[in-house]
Amino acid sequence: MTHTSPSHADYNYTVIRQFAITTVIWGIIGMTVGVFIAAQLYWPQLNFDTPWLTFSRLRPLHTNAVIFAFGTSALFATSYYVVQRTCQTRLFSDKLASFTFWGWQAVIISAVVTLPLGYTSSKEYAELEWPIDILITIVWVAYAINFFGTLFQRKTSHIYVANWFYGSFILVVAILHLVNSAAIPVDWLKSYSVYSGATDAMVQWWYGHNAVGFLLTAGFLGMMYYFVPKQAERPVYSYRLSIVHFWALIALYIWAGPHHLHYTALPDWTQTVGMVMSVILFAPSWGGMINGIMTLSGAWHKLRTDPILRFLIVSLSFYGMSTFEGPMMAIKTVNALSHYTDWTVGHVHSGALGWVAMVSVGALYHMIPRLYGNTQMYSTKLINTHFWLATIGTVLYIVAMWISGVMQGLMWSAVNADGTLTYSFVESLQASYPFYLMRTIGGVFFVAGMVIMLYNVIKTIQAPKGSLTEKQAL
Amino acid sequence: MDYATFRGISTVGMLILFIGIYAWAYSSRRKKSFDEAANLVFADEQNHDNKIAGEESK
Repeated sequence: MTHTSPSHADYNYTVIRQFAITTVIWGIIGMTVGVFIAAQLYWPQLNFDTPWLTFSRLRPLHTNAVIFAFGTSALFATSYYVVQRTCQTRLFSDKLASFTFWGWQAVIISAVVTLPLGYTSSKEYAELEWPIDILITIVWVAYAINFFGTLFQRKTSHIYVANWFYGSFILVVAILHLVNSAAIPVDWLKSYSVYSGATDAMVQWWYGHNAVGFLLTAGFLGMMYYFVPKQAERPVYSYRLSIVHFWALIALYIWAGPHHLHYTALPDWTQTVGMVMSVILFAPSWGGMINGIMTLSGAWHKLRTDPILRFLIVSLSFYGMSTFEGPMMAIKTVNALSHYTDWTVGHVHSGALGWVAMVSVGALYHMIPRLYGNTQMYSTKLINTHFWLATIGTVLYIVAMWISGVMQGLMWSAVNADGTLTYSFVESLQASYPFYLMRTIGGVFFVAGMVIMLYNVIKTIQAPKGSLTEKQAL
Repeated sequence: MDYATFRGISTVGMLILFIGIYAWAYSSRRKKSFDEAANLVFADEQNHDNKIAGEESK
């Protein structure tokens, strides 16, 4: 009982609670928009002839909502939680923490208003116009000061590996955002990128792929390195591997962007660099996955009884699957088949639903009761229900898109003996049609799980302190 | 220095750097401090939870 670590009351949990709850709410909203636009591809009349309900405007709303509202809120919440608990110190500044929360909500609300109205810089995943970009920059600087400030005043001698991943995510996202969003405004809601032509495309996909690499991967690996050992109640499989994993991952990811631009005006050598680096990236990706999954070695039986652990481990399996699929799709000959087809959409969602969303959900289920003075969620049964809805939803989604995508790739490249195309575009669209329904159903499953989660979270928050500690897992 | 030489040197430099990182991470002298670091996730709850007793890190 002799210890110097601060009691939990010394941590700033307010900002974490705020971000944790908004993660769930924005998740439901962002994914519901996704289901809606998926349904539009099956029932096109669902845009009701209203400009701001068209697929072209709602699709960026969906991507921004799930990446920057759901995913980034989850990263804010967990990074603030992990950095305080592994450094055994309170956040550097409560005021800055509060500013990052309200500032980030302002960014999201601005996106929700401007995107359906059609204001866009037309850069994928960076659609927001320049005044919002400036607000993002200010909030991000506050976040960086708060995170690194907390690291500086840590009570422990070592900086735990999760914080390295979170730190690299914060730093690199700042650089990516500043470089890619450089634009010359012509009025308050219209600007032109300072880059042009192939350079613009290269900068855009350098940004785009590193948003995947550092926001959707490094950040969530930080989450993995804390919450998997915590939930499994054993330290990470190999701390040494985690160090090699970290440096190899960040050294390689930054080069992979050109694989988004195979067979375009981009110089050939750049495409080859992108392809080679993407293939090598497979090694650190699987290193990290193995490190996470093997943390359970000797405790596999916990998967039978603990649906939170199941969320975390299945998320790692999806991570392993999509980081095998990704390098493969980056090979130019494979890309010739897969690019511009639904396969890409399936690949993204295997990462986004299977990895990013499921690891976040697992982390939230671990964290939320602890933020409110309990150690268990209100209902373990409902977590289990959520787990199966999420898994079935993800599998339905990605299988539908695999079939549809490979079929599109084959139909588009089929030629007759005289060199003319065998199929018209509309014929391939008709062939994909049933799979768009299957994908929509998968999405409905996933959102249903999130709604159950919201109910479970509300019940957990309402429960008196200490009342949900003894409950045995189902 | 022309560009090809620069590329060659930087490639070799990166190779040496990564071998260095491996050697550093896997040297037996650092095993103890890494084991301590790996247990940091549990360090702040020992007042609640004594199942990792004897590994009191601070």
